[in-house]
Amino acid sequence: MSFFFQELVNGLTTGALYSLVALGFSMVYGVLKLLNFAHGDVYMIGAYVGFFVIQWFGGAAHVSIPVPLLLAIMFVLAAGLCGGLGVAIERFAYRPLRDAPRIAPLITAIGISFFLENAVLLLFGTQYRIYNTPEFISLSSGIRIGSVTIDSVQIMVLVLSVVLMAGLQLLVNRTKWGKQVRAVAADREAAEMLGINVNFTISMTFFLGSALAGVAGVMGGLLFNQVTNTIGFIVGLKAFTAAVVGGIGSLPGAMLGGLLIGLAESFTIGYISSTYSNLLVFALLIIVLLVRPSGLLGRAQLQKV
Amino acid sequence: MSVESQGPQVGADEWVARQAHRREYLPSWLGRAQRAGERVGWWPRLAVAGLAGLVLPLLGIGGFQLQVGIDALVIALLAVGLNIVVGWTGLLDLGYVAFFGFGAYGYALLSSAQIGTTGIHLPYYLSLPIVLIGAALLGLAVGLPSRRLSGDYLAIVTLFFGEAFVEFTNNVAPSKLGGPNGITSIDPIKIFGIQLTTNASYYYLLVIVLVVTMAVLRLLDTSRTGRAWRAVREDPLAAAAMTIPVNRVKLLAFACGAMVAALAGTIYAAQQASVFPTDFDTPILILIYAGLILGGAGSIAGAVTGALVVMVIYDGLLRSPAEASYLFYGLIVLTLLAKLRPWRRLALVLAATVALGFAAHAIAAAISASAVAGGPQSGGWIADALRYWVIVPANAQVAGNFGFVVLICLLVALVQVSSRWRTILLPPTLFLASFVWETRLVVEPSITRQLMIGAILIVMMNARPQGLLGQRRVEVAT
Repeated sequence: MSFFFQELVNGLTTGALYSLVALGFSMVYGVLKLLNFAHGDVYMIGAYVGFFVIQWFGGAAHVSIPVPLLLAIMFVLAAGLCGGLGVAIERFAYRPLRDAPRIAPLITAIGISFFLENAVLLLFGTQYRIYNTPEFISLSSGIRIGSVTIDSVQIMVLVLSVVLMAGLQLLVNRTKWGKQVRAVAADREAAEMLGINVNFTISMTFFLGSALAGVAGVMGGLLFNQVTNTIGFIVGLKAFTAAVVGGIGSLPGAMLGGLLIGLAESFTIGYISSTYSNLLVFALLIIVLLVRPSGLLGRAQLQKV
Repeated sequence: MSVESQGPQVGADEWVARQAHRREYLPSWLGRAQRAGERVGWWPRLAVAGLAGLVLPLLGIGGFQLQVGIDALVIALLAVGLNIVVGWTGLLDLGYVAFFGFGAYGYALLSSAQIGTTGIHLPYYLSLPIVLIGAALLGLAVGLPSRRLSGDYLAIVTLFFGEAFVEFTNNVAPSKLGGPNGITSIDPIKIFGIQLTTNASYYYLLVIVLVVTMAVLRLLDTSRTGRAWRAVREDPLAAAAMTIPVNRVKLLAFACGAMVAALAGTIYAAQQASVFPTDFDTPILILIYAGLILGGAGSIAGAVTGALVVMVIYDGLLRSPAEASYLFYGLIVLTLLAKLRPWRRLALVLAATVALGFAAHAIAAAISASAVAGGPQSGGWIADALRYWVIVPANAQVAGNFGFVVLICLLVALVQVSSRWRTILLPPTLFLASFVWETRLVVEPSITRQLMIGAILIVMMNARPQGLLGQRRVEVAT
């Protein structure tokens, strides 16, 4: 039974990470009705930012500043830079295509994804960058319940994700800016007529979504240790699946979907085999799309003519 | 240039678009030549292009150039097939490369020692139909979700399919499919008793296959089916109201696209004599898309032209730096001459670029001698001309890499900002382009080509979504 609970904890941790990335997917889809294929690569950039922060402060083995401060710098810098990257992508790649046929921004998104992956390849090479998390965060100093351990990185990831998701939920549901986002998502033209600055709102949405992806990237680096230029692709696919399973455009749905994907993956790896985990995610996506195309928490869209 | 404006024009329909197009002829004899060229029909053009393709190797092209030609033709064939699904029917199929892989693996299994004790060695006229029928069935299966899913969802499902294919060939039945080591020693194609073994023979075969495919697709395009495809692309709901069986038409597009891809796959496998899972991964997909988008989705000739241009850039020119230097600077100057109007602005930009270079070089030299120690890397008179203009540090690899990424970002931004900002940004961009060329590209151009393919997709979609040869789709305002 302890194995079950251990897998549960692992699944929740990766699930929280997927949720954070899925939130960005879902928000962007909400306001622009666009699948941002480049989102997974923003996650990858975040992971690189975290790695370079560690290097800057002396490397994993001899960190020159207190570890909490280091983590704070990593998260804030990754969030800021990735958020800026998201805004730039929106401004220069998606904004001119807002009224274009829907296939055009999709192809652009693929181009950006490919561009980011290869730019990182060119700048930082193919070798894996290793975070070496255990050298500056002692993993043993976690919580131990019976034979199940939740190590300190997992605790941090879980707590931070919950805080961020709660904060985002409050921001979207309780503030004026959140109201603007919801208005733009509901009907962009009507929102514009009511005096909402649509461009600003969309930029902010991209900033927030990409910042969350950046934070998730640092978390991914801390959890999985290895960073390379292609890690964004598969995480992006899984986060997308999470967003669809939960109901794309719905924020609680993205969180739920992320956790489900994380758990499903973790139990597949634990009980069946690691080679089939990707296949399972794919099967899950197909089943949900065929049975309930609007996702678990999404509302069915009626097509207006 | 009334069609240049942003967004759908109120009241603009296809007729207006064509009228506007008519007014866009170049002045004087250029315009007359343009009009005369347009009077030539589609079929004569295809014949001329096909003949030109067949004659090309006689001009003494061989070895490496021939290989580039073969690669380019394979990608062109793939782009033509992708055009059915993406350009005509408007379904974003991101698993397309898997059909290419299916064709290649199918042919490889049927004509090698892989299955059974001595293997299967079917002749091409038997193995090709088997592979094509298999690919069509697979296309139908993959197209099935398109019955219920709209553009974005379909894209992601097909993307998963493409990934699944690579994982499948990598992991399943290693004794048959070879795993990461692929399948080697595949038989060459044998038709009418002739064994195709040389590269030249495959080149001719590809030209013929491509021309025949283009002709068949042209007939299909102008038929009832072709019109149905385009109707579904424009508005599935309206198409259904016009009694077009939307789902069946979508599936047919998937099946046709898959068959063309599989056809390309068989020839590719036979020519390479080996197949590996990595040959059918995302980079190839992006390459096909770049070709299609560059040429213009929705046009057969556009797909072929785009694919040929992309592949020649990708494979050919970048590997012979000496000529590439002249081409690079020549293209820049020509683009500036053609695009910068009026001439005062052109003069201003050129003067500013020259001044900026000399000033930057002087300042850099004054600060540190090593900052300019490298010297231009391209040979000939260009290097002498640029010696005191462009800054090339002694060990410039990393700086060149960063410069390249910045340059691509600048270019993407440049096509979108207002014309005043464009004038201001052009001199630094040109200087940076020269810097990147001299430090990095001319030395080792191959590393950057994938980045360039990605950039082509972004820039084309933003600057000229209809591609080089495609017709711009005018949306009727609703």
